[in-house]
Amino acid sequence: MRTLVVWCPDWPVVAALAERDLPGHLPAAVFAANLVQACNGAAREFGVRRGMRRRDAQARCAELLVLDQVPEREARAFERVLAALEELRPGVAPLRPGLAALRSPGRFYGGEPEAGAVIAECVVGLGIRDVRIGVADELFTAEQAARLAPLQETCVVPPGESGMFLRTLPVEVLDEADGSGTVSLLRRLGLTTLGDLAQLPTGSVGARFGSRAAWVHRVLHGGGARPLSTRTPPPELVGQVDFEPPLESAEAVCFSARRTAERFVAGLAERQLVCTELLVGVEADGALASERRWLHPRWFTAADVIDRLHWQLVGSLRVGDIRAAVTRVRFTPETVVPEADHADGLWGGTDARVERGIARVQGMLGHEAVVAPVLQGGRSPADRQAMVPWGERPAGLRPRELPWPGSIPPPAPARVFPAPWAAGVLDAAGRPVAVLDRGSMTGEPARFRPGAAEGWQPVAAWAGPWPVDERWWEGGRRLVRFQMVGVDGRAWLVTFDGSAWVTEAAYD
Amino acid sequence: MATALLTRTAEIDRLRERMRRLEDCQARPELAALPGLARAVRLRAGGSYEVDGACLALALLAGPSRAGAWCAVVGMPDFGVEAAAELGVVLERTILVPEPGESWLEATAALVDVAALVLVRPPGRVSESTAGRLAARLRKRGAALVSLGPWPRAEASVRLAEPRWEGIGRGEGQLRARRLTVEVRRGAAPPRRTDLWLPSPDSDVAPAGRPVAVREVG
Repeated sequence: MRTLVVWCPDWPVVAALAERDLPGHLPAAVFAANLVQACNGAAREFGVRRGMRRRDAQARCAELLVLDQVPEREARAFERVLAALEELRPGVAPLRPGLAALRSPGRFYGGEPEAGAVIAECVVGLGIRDVRIGVADELFTAEQAARLAPLQETCVVPPGESGMFLRTLPVEVLDEADGSGTVSLLRRLGLTTLGDLAQLPTGSVGARFGSRAAWVHRVLHGGGARPLSTRTPPPELVGQVDFEPPLESAEAVCFSARRTAERFVAGLAERQLVCTELLVGVEADGALASERRWLHPRWFTAADVIDRLHWQLVGSLRVGDIRAAVTRVRFTPETVVPEADHADGLWGGTDARVERGIARVQGMLGHEAVVAPVLQGGRSPADRQAMVPWGERPAGLRPRELPWPGSIPPPAPARVFPAPWAAGVLDAAGRPVAVLDRGSMTGEPARFRPGAAEGWQPVAAWAGPWPVDERWWEGGRRLVRFQMVGVDGRAWLVTFDGSAWVTEAAYD
Repeated sequence: MATALLTRTAEIDRLRERMRRLEDCQARPELAALPGLARAVRLRAGGSYEVDGACLALALLAGPSRAGAWCAVVGMPDFGVEAAAELGVVLERTILVPEPGESWLEATAALVDVAALVLVRPPGRVSESTAGRLAARLRKRGAALVSLGPWPRAEASVRLAEPRWEGIGRGEGQLRARRLTVEVRRGAAPPRRTDLWLPSPDSDVAPAGRPVAVREVG
């Protein structure tokens, strides 16, 4: 069975740039744990490589766009490509975001290069410029062929020639992200191409280099073809209801949509699926008036779907998003998972009642209004915490285990201002106090005012200055922190940023 | 005869009902409190309380949170997450609505349904009728409300007096612990005063009756 592999190089970067509506020619790299996970061609021209530390990468390319790794985003963005491929040919096997395989359409398009061209055109039509296609007898060879193909071109390995094709490739193609060290071991043994590997006895390869090398070894000898585990294309699960005549009130809409919601949930249940992320769209007067994405920690029942619709309608009517009568409501399952994944655990998960209450507040104020507090590493109190919208997984948090020089010793302040207050600090003569470059102060703080809403008062006690260099390599600021206690006994964290005083936090 | 019996049973039922309500009122369970704080102030389910310090509010939150209850915080964009965690607030069971805007009351009411303790900073003056409606909901759900700011008909009003920070001098040392007096005022009764360390040198709450070792500035 001939296999065709579609490869979109540097997918993490492509997906991240597309999400931010940034052009693809900018040098960009996706980082995880401060190491380059993927970079695009523009960044490679500057010498940025995978596995490089962030500081080194930025030293080579100062204007490098630094993007965080979000695996969900990569998978989500690739879903579009998979759907487009499925339209051309059902039975697509997603290998990982950026890489998919399908059974080669063969003669249907008049030959394999032509089929490749049709598929490349389809992917380019989605706005993804860099796509390469490889066709071969089985998956491994097809993937290697795709990696050798030029931009938007197809590389075809004729039937029965996989072994010949692979033998010339360097052993580096066996490099996997798992860091098993196979490549390094082969190099040290003097085996530089897959041809060298092919000459080793079959049994020894499996015993010495692991199952992956053994599989490649079989491929080199003309075997090792594995059936593709293709995915079933998502069935049409969208629930939709039209209102004729249009309905004015939220209650009427919800009442009329009840049957549709039940059918929508039942349609999923028939396929042993449950929906955990739901997109509710409301059309008024023929135009989409309100669309909101709802997450559910367990899954949506018909009643939940109607609840979300009701909250969304009430919220949108109040804000004024929906001005005309509602003509259509659509439920789109954004994420579905097998029912078995959500079978109730022995000790239960999050309290369903709590999630219901939280969802109500989200319905009133919007999804981002309800947040979960989390801790992270950082130097200032504001850096050391983060607010994650309820139901989302926190991403890109700084590790707390690092020493974070310059952070303030405990106790932590009870109030951390999201935007610092403009403060004032005067010396005994009434002149503003400033901190000079070397940490010396122009005078001892005598009076201070933490913010515009607070009055001036004498300083009862103070500690500092504690200098912090924040991002000096980016021309960042040099901050000097102080703890100040007023005569009323209240304590504040006050910072001098080189020109002005601000209050970052209060020990109320 | 039969009518007299009937009126008597009705009377007994009525009295029973009254007794039950009275008991209900007194037997409202207490929320868990931090060991150091329990002597100074205790919260009852269904009550509303006003406090005047964020740190004290976080300490009140920590008791039920540690005991496994859900807590919610409404209208505090400046919630100090690290301070809360140091005092023992379990962040996984804490719901924050930092900017509820106009809908703060609706958000608070919705969260009363799910959390055992709701901490709210009202954006302005709270009317008696608003407080009354919320109080009925609190009693029904067995939740308590702590308001950072004035709250009409609060069951108790908790104030911090004479705060004194330890460990800090003039240009030396650092904030380590704070000794203060907690004044709890219930109705027209004279305030009850308790001396506390909040936070104590190990970032907890401790009664200040016995001396607490504060490391001198070294």
